[in-house]
Amino acid sequence: MAFRSSRRWQFRQPSVIPGFGLALGVTLSWLTLIVLIPLSGLIWRSSGLGWSKFFALASDERTVNALTISFGTAFVAAVINLVFGVVLAWVLVRYQFPGKRVIDAMVDLPFALPTAVAGIALTALYAPNGWIGSLLEPLGIKIAFTPAGIVVALVFVGLPFVVRTVQPIMEEIDKEVEEAAATLGASRYQTISRVLLPGLLPAGLTGFALAFARGVGEYGSVIFIAGNLPYVSEIAPLLIIIRLEEFNYPAATAIAAVMLVLSFIMLLVINTIQSWSRRRYGYGA
Amino acid sequence: MGSNRLTGIVKLALVVGSLQLGSVGLAQADTTILNVSYDPTRELYKEFNAAFAEKWQADTGETVTIQTSHGGSGKQARSVIDGLEADVVTLALEADIDAIAKESGKIPADWKTRFENNSSPYTSTIVFLVRKGNPKGIKDWGDLVKEDIQVITPNPKTSGGARWNFLAAWAWARAANGGDDGKAQEYVAQLFKHVPVLDTGARGATTTFVQRGLGDVLLAWENEAYLSLEELGPDNFEIVTPSISIKAEPPVALVDGNVDSKGTRKVAEAYLNYLYSDVGQKLAAKHYYRPFKPELADPKDTARFADVKLVTIDEFGGWKEAQPKFFADGGIFDQIYKPGQ
Repeated sequence: MAFRSSRRWQFRQPSVIPGFGLALGVTLSWLTLIVLIPLSGLIWRSSGLGWSKFFALASDERTVNALTISFGTAFVAAVINLVFGVVLAWVLVRYQFPGKRVIDAMVDLPFALPTAVAGIALTALYAPNGWIGSLLEPLGIKIAFTPAGIVVALVFVGLPFVVRTVQPIMEEIDKEVEEAAATLGASRYQTISRVLLPGLLPAGLTGFALAFARGVGEYGSVIFIAGNLPYVSEIAPLLIIIRLEEFNYPAATAIAAVMLVLSFIMLLVINTIQSWSRRRYGYGA
Repeated sequence: MGSNRLTGIVKLALVVGSLQLGSVGLAQADTTILNVSYDPTRELYKEFNAAFAEKWQADTGETVTIQTSHGGSGKQARSVIDGLEADVVTLALEADIDAIAKESGKIPADWKTRFENNSSPYTSTIVFLVRKGNPKGIKDWGDLVKEDIQVITPNPKTSGGARWNFLAAWAWARAANGGDDGKAQEYVAQLFKHVPVLDTGARGATTTFVQRGLGDVLLAWENEAYLSLEELGPDNFEIVTPSISIKAEPPVALVDGNVDSKGTRKVAEAYLNYLYSDVGQKLAAKHYYRPFKPELADPKDTARFADVKLVTIDEFGGWKEAQPKFFADGGIFDQIYKPGQ
C-alpha cells in the first residue's frame, strides 16, 4: 500500500521498467480468452431463457437444495481449513523438526492429485468397512455417503489454499513482536488473539475464500463419497450433470449461472472484509 | 553448449520429420475408427477389436486400428453430439442414440432398422448380486423392500444401466399387481427408499457394493454381475436371478455424419456387421452378454444364462415413450424423490 491516497486511481504509475502497455495488453487479452469469453458464453446461453423461465429453473426446490448443500458444505470445509491451515502453517514456520520438508511438500499434494482419485481413496477410508469408517461405525457416526463425507472431501481439496497463503505472511512476523508482547505483560492467549491473529486475518481470509470457491465447484472427489441422494447429498455440480444427461442444456446453464453469481457475491463480500481488516490492522499488504 | 544445442535441434527436426513421413506412409493403408461405447463393454470390445482388425487385414490387406472410448452412456452420447468423431456408437440405451440422431442429425432417425434385432447384436438383463450364502434370503423383487434390506443401484439420471434396473423393477411390480401401474409406482418408490447411495455409473455402484461392502443386494447388468464373480471369486458373492426381469437391448449404430466425412463408412459398417458373425456372437457370450444368435456361440457359454421371463421395452411403449415418462425432468423418477412422499 505504498501508493495509497491521491495517486491511487491514476491509470498508469510511472515506472522505470518499460513494457506496461504490452504487459497490460497480454493480461487483458489472455483473461478475455480464458475467463471472460467462456463465462459470458454461459451467461449468454442462460439469458436466452428469459427471466421468468430462468427464475423458475433457478428457484426449483431441488436446485435450491443442491445449491444449499454445495455452498453449505464448502463453507464448513473452508472454516475447518482456515483453523487447521493456520495451525499447520504455524508449525511449519515456527518449529524445526525432522521430516519438516516432507510435510511441507505434502501440503501441496491435493493440488497435484486428480480429485477423483482423492475421492475414491477417501471413500475407501471412510466407508463403513474402511479403516476409519469401521472405527466410527460402532459410535454411530457415518461419514461416507452423507453430507459429512462431502465436507471431508472438500477439506482435502481445499487444504493447501489456507496454508500457502498464510505461510509467507507468518514468516514475516518477527519473533520479537511476540517477545515484546510478553515483556509488556501479555498472556499467551492475548499474544495470539490480539497480536498475531489480527495480522494474519487478511491472508487467512484470502485462503478461506480460495478454499471456499474451490469447494463450491468441486465435482470429482465429491461424487464418490457423497451418496448423491436427491435433497440429501446431491451437490449443485452433480445436478448440472444430471440436467445435461437429460439433454436439458438451458436448465444446466441456469444452475451454473446461479452458482457463478453466488460465488461472485461471496468473493466480493470476503474481499471487502479483507480490505477492511487490512486497513484496520495494516499487515500483509 | 552451442553446438550441442544445435545437434539437439537437428535431431529433433529429424525425429519430427521421420514421424511425419511415417504417418504419411501409413495413412494409405491404415485407417482408424472410433467406437464410442459405455462402461461395462470394456473387456468385450478389447477382444472383439483385435479379432476384427485381424479379419479386416485378412480380407482386404489393410490395417485398421480401432479406438474405443468408454464412459457413462449418456455422457458418451453427449460427447458425440458435441463433436467427438465417433464412427460407430455402441451404447446402453436406444434413447441415447435417439438423442444423437435428434440433436446432431449425424444419425438418421430410422437407425434402429439398419441392423438385425433392433440393432442389438447382443442383449443382457438385470440380475441381483448378493453376498455369499444370501444371508438376507433375497429371492425376488418383493424381498428388496423388506425392513432391513439395503439396495445398491446407480442413478437412473446419469446411468443407462440404472434405467434398465428401474424398468425391470417396475415390470415385476406391475405383473405382481395385475397390471396396476399405480401399485408399480408405489413399489418402486419404496424400493428407492432402500437405496442409501446413488452412484453415477454402473461401475461405481459395483465398487460401492463389492469394495465398500455397502448394501445387501446390487442391481446389476448380468454381464457385470458375472464379471464381479470372476474378478472377486465366487466365494464372496452369488447371483440371484429374479422371476421377471427386463430384456436390456444395448444398441449399436453407424454415425453417418462422421463416417462420410472421414471416409470410413465401409470399415465401420463391416465392424458392426462383424458383431453379428459367429466370432462376434461367441465373444459376446464369452463376456456374459446374451448373444442374438445363441446357436453361433459356444454352448458352454450360453448354458450359464439362467432362464428368466424377460419383458421388453415395448411393454413400456418403447424408449420414445418410456424415456420422457420415467426419466425426464419432473418424470416419475423425480416424483419418487419429491420430499414428503
